[in-house]
Amino acid sequence: MNTLQVDLAPRAQAGPRPSQAFRRVVVTGIGCLSPLGNDLDTTFANLLAGRSGIRPITRFDASDHSCRIAAEVSGFDFAPYARHPRDVQRTDVFAQFAIACADMAVASAGLQLEKLRRERVGVCIGTGVGGLQVIERQQQKLLERGPRGVSAFLIPMFLGNLASGHVAIRFGLRGPNMHVSTACATGTQAIGEAAWTIARGDADVMLAGSAESAITPLLLSGFAAARTLSTRNDEPARASRPFDRQRDGFVMGEGAAVMVLEEEQHARARGATIWAELAGYGLSSDAHHITAPEQSGAGARDAMRMALERARLSPDAIDYVNAHGTATPLGDLAEMRAIQSVFGEHARSRLWISSSKSMIGHLLGAAGAVEAAVSIQSLRTGHVHPTTNLEEPDPECHLDFVPREARERKLFAVMSNSFGFGGTNATLIFKHYH
Amino acid sequence: MTNLEGHIKQRIIDQLRLPMEDLDPRQSFSDLGADSLDLSELLISFEQTFGVRIPPESAQNLRTVGNAIDFIVSARAK
Repeated sequence: MNTLQVDLAPRAQAGPRPSQAFRRVVVTGIGCLSPLGNDLDTTFANLLAGRSGIRPITRFDASDHSCRIAAEVSGFDFAPYARHPRDVQRTDVFAQFAIACADMAVASAGLQLEKLRRERVGVCIGTGVGGLQVIERQQQKLLERGPRGVSAFLIPMFLGNLASGHVAIRFGLRGPNMHVSTACATGTQAIGEAAWTIARGDADVMLAGSAESAITPLLLSGFAAARTLSTRNDEPARASRPFDRQRDGFVMGEGAAVMVLEEEQHARARGATIWAELAGYGLSSDAHHITAPEQSGAGARDAMRMALERARLSPDAIDYVNAHGTATPLGDLAEMRAIQSVFGEHARSRLWISSSKSMIGHLLGAAGAVEAAVSIQSLRTGHVHPTTNLEEPDPECHLDFVPREARERKLFAVMSNSFGFGGTNATLIFKHYH
Repeated sequence: MTNLEGHIKQRIIDQLRLPMEDLDPRQSFSDLGADSLDLSELLISFEQTFGVRIPPESAQNLRTVGNAIDFIVSARAK
């Protein structure tokens, strides 16, 4: 570890410093759908209560799969969000989630879009997988009925950027329209890239986040084949065990979160309630392996360090880390090492770390957005949800992962981590706005 | 109205999720709010439901409810 610190320390110092020329970016509203609630308040309350959203799969018959549990969104009805009944059959579920969350975000921010210059309002909503549900259905139709049986809506339903497209069409947002797809780092990167779009002056407001709904037989089989999933089928609520000695992989989830990011002066001028400042964003690559994390955690460490530099914060200014914490044996160790390396003594004393995935599973591309939303709620309220199922910590995982019970204290700044297949790492930092 | 004509109208109502119970044959699909994708999807559903084949040169001419009824009735009579 010493070698790595010596080796890579100069890299962390390199590069241009944040400049005053960059504009400050704040969060003024959030919409969220998760396995623990179809809005942010319900989701956050259930996380604080330590409830699990993981249950036997209901979407399809999973009885011949090795993993038969998942964290599904339940009770979601797109009809109230649809402008026309036809919209339901023209959008895959991930895009429906994105539209619903964008709607909630705009409402919670009190954005009166008709009063804004909408060429200065953009969208960046990512998805890791895209419209896999429609792909699987239409593949079946191709096999059964031949090419003439395939739907004209296939392409505009599965393309990942259609979440951003639908939201722009719905609200008439003519600013930058982007899509990020970096596997499980998607949500964090989508929010970070949207923030940069505002910071560099290309938009004043961005609807940013990610959406995923891909609990399908194909994806479940693929993750199972790569041996990444928990098979604790008989105890769904205890299956996702980040940092625990008995962890055996992640549990697939679905959901979405979209937040309103706004240039600081723009938000103030319209008298918006500012929930938090998006203070830092860091990115890196492991450059190591397509699925396995680099075991020293160097890549994750560099993303966290970059975010701290951009935020101009020292590591001990961070009170809480919402960990990527998937509960895969290798992933948790690499993150644990990265956190130790970034935070040093602070990691062993005051830093609280917890994993939302212990309760909502792994929302894949949506994980980063939902966990950023959760982190912002922690910052605002001072309440930090526990890491559930942490009964016997991995011998190497000896930091404060907030086991069992939620906690409360005043938080100055919070960090949210996401790491994806392909070795991509991303970190966001939020702090109180002053 | 023949039974087939009623079925075709119902297919259009269902596919386009229209809030009405009957259709005027003179109504165009664009008047009913259908865009080009809706129309393509409607043609696919005609082919699947009524066992007809709608070649591209005929598809261009199916602009109204009446056009569709005439085409399908005549194609099935052959």
